[in-house]
Amino acid sequence: MPLISVKDLCKTYENEGVRTSVLHDVSFSVEKGEFVAIMGPSGSGKSTLMHILGLLERSDCGTYLLDGRNATELSDDELAGLRNRRIGFVFQAFNLLPKTTVEENVELPLLYDEDPTERNGKRVAAALEAVGMTHRAKYFSGQLSGGEKQRVAIARALVNDPDIVFADEPTGNLDSKSGLQVMKILQQLNDAGRTVILVTHETLTAEHAKRILRVADGRIVGDEPVTNRRIARDGEVTLK
Amino acid sequence: MKFSDPIKIALRSLRAAKLRFFLTVLGVVIGVAAVILVMSIGASAQALILSQVEKVGSNLVGILPGASEENGPPASAMGIVTTTLKNGDLKALRQKANVPDLVAASGYVSGSAVVESSGESFVTSYQGVSPDAVSIENMEVSEGRFFFLEEEEDLSRVAVLGSTRADELFPNGGALGSTLVIKDIPFRVVGVLAARGSSTFSNPDNLVYVPLATAQKTLLGIDYLNFARAKIDDTSHIDRAMEDIATLLRDRHDLEDGEESDFSVRSTAQALEVLGNVTNVLTYFLTAIASISLLVGGIGIMNSMLIAVNQRIREVGLRKAVGARPRHIMTQFLIESAFIAGLGGAAGVAFGILVAYLASVIIPRLGYEWEFIVPVSSVLIGLAVSLSVGFVFGLFPAWRASRIPPIEALRYE
Repeated sequence: MPLISVKDLCKTYENEGVRTSVLHDVSFSVEKGEFVAIMGPSGSGKSTLMHILGLLERSDCGTYLLDGRNATELSDDELAGLRNRRIGFVFQAFNLLPKTTVEENVELPLLYDEDPTERNGKRVAAALEAVGMTHRAKYFSGQLSGGEKQRVAIARALVNDPDIVFADEPTGNLDSKSGLQVMKILQQLNDAGRTVILVTHETLTAEHAKRILRVADGRIVGDEPVTNRRIARDGEVTLK
Repeated sequence: MKFSDPIKIALRSLRAAKLRFFLTVLGVVIGVAAVILVMSIGASAQALILSQVEKVGSNLVGILPGASEENGPPASAMGIVTTTLKNGDLKALRQKANVPDLVAASGYVSGSAVVESSGESFVTSYQGVSPDAVSIENMEVSEGRFFFLEEEEDLSRVAVLGSTRADELFPNGGALGSTLVIKDIPFRVVGVLAARGSSTFSNPDNLVYVPLATAQKTLLGIDYLNFARAKIDDTSHIDRAMEDIATLLRDRHDLEDGEESDFSVRSTAQALEVLGNVTNVLTYFLTAIASISLLVGGIGIMNSMLIAVNQRIREVGLRKAVGARPRHIMTQFLIESAFIAGLGGAAGVAFGILVAYLASVIIPRLGYEWEFIVPVSSVLIGLAVSLSVGFVFGLFPAWRASRIPPIEALRYE
């Protein structure tokens, strides 16, 4: 059974009476442990697709099975619970809480865990360790560089040990060196067995994945494995 | 989610917006402090008024002409002249068999007139009283003597001066034995009283005292009393004495059973009660006004929380993205506003008490006996109202925040 299976997804936005169709007839599936890049130009609908896959938004039609459960039939609270325990997000703009320490930012998903039995400071420490940010644990988010912020955001996405990590243009706001570090971490996560779904408009970034789904005008226009996959190593490859 | 987590979340958010937090708290502080201050000063003012009335003595009974409602003032207190109380009533009161507990009784009449002394004239208030007034009013004669009952009965033209009045009429001293001319009638000064200090409603030191009957017949041309006062031997006998007085006067005034009395008998205790009621109403009124500032503080909370919600749309979106449910968001914002209100309430109580204390330090220097009183009720009201204000005014912003869809929030710039 695929981890993600979508069939005939569609999404339409209505803005001041103007209806814009963003996605139509989107169908594909993702197996556990894949590293998929959703690629397309801006306005192609790739971000909307990621939001639906990440349970941040509901589709208007079609079905979405996440690990066999029909996400379209779940309540808002159930979706929140799934986002909390099974999904981690990394955003282009980092979205760290301002005037809050690195540790506290990483701890955030744990605070909303309805079943906190296995929670402890060790999980925060382990997540920071995984992204190499232990030395900044007590810093406030505003004191970090862009690359450091994104690494903290990844630690936050990891802290609840999710099955899937969604990364929406994670390198978009970073210099190439920092971007490379972020890609390296995502590849390491994938190597450790986690499913990673990356949204990007840059081919170089997308080529760090194992499979590329091309999106244009709200449709899937291509779906192929990456033949010459890039492996992020410090200082060896540049992204731009 | 642990029990302490929502609190942890809310406090971290407040810490991230210190200035807004401080200003909003300030609004609540002012509201609560105003309530505490008004209630405290009201209680102190009440104590001041009551203590001044109590100075008059708690074993006094006043007899006023005219009927009255139980707690309302009699007609005579409103300036309506009633002539039902006569000198004969006073005499009867003094007879031991009629009112056994009575130790002294005096009638009172008063007026004002031009008083001349050594070529100068003053407009002066005078009071016609019986010699018993000395004991009733706790007067102290500093020079000479008070007049005797015989002098009252034979309409003697003698006068006793209040201390201030004596100084004014006879700035060079020598009042005793001098002659005063009141309404062209000469009076011999037989005594000067020691200073008594002004009470809330009058200054006895400014009065000229003359015998009751002399004032009635010679100066005023009346045959009735403005009112009478009786001193009872013991406070515990007041009710019994009041009943005796009423029975006696009803009998003397030929009133049938069921007919309304044409006089009123009042004790100082009743007067205290009436005054207490009046000052209570005043305090409640002022508290209501002060509460408006609490309401404004509450609106400040709502305003500030709504701004917070708008400023933090992305934050709310992020929280939802990592698994916060609508009720988590609602709880967070409610705790934030309750915390603002609670902290503001506590600080306001402290601040209000401090200012009330300062008032109790300053006001005595202006010559008033001012007690420092903070009613427990004011503290409870201040805290309870501020907390509920925080909750009620925090509800709407919290609800708004909880409704924000996660993706709208993340898209918001």
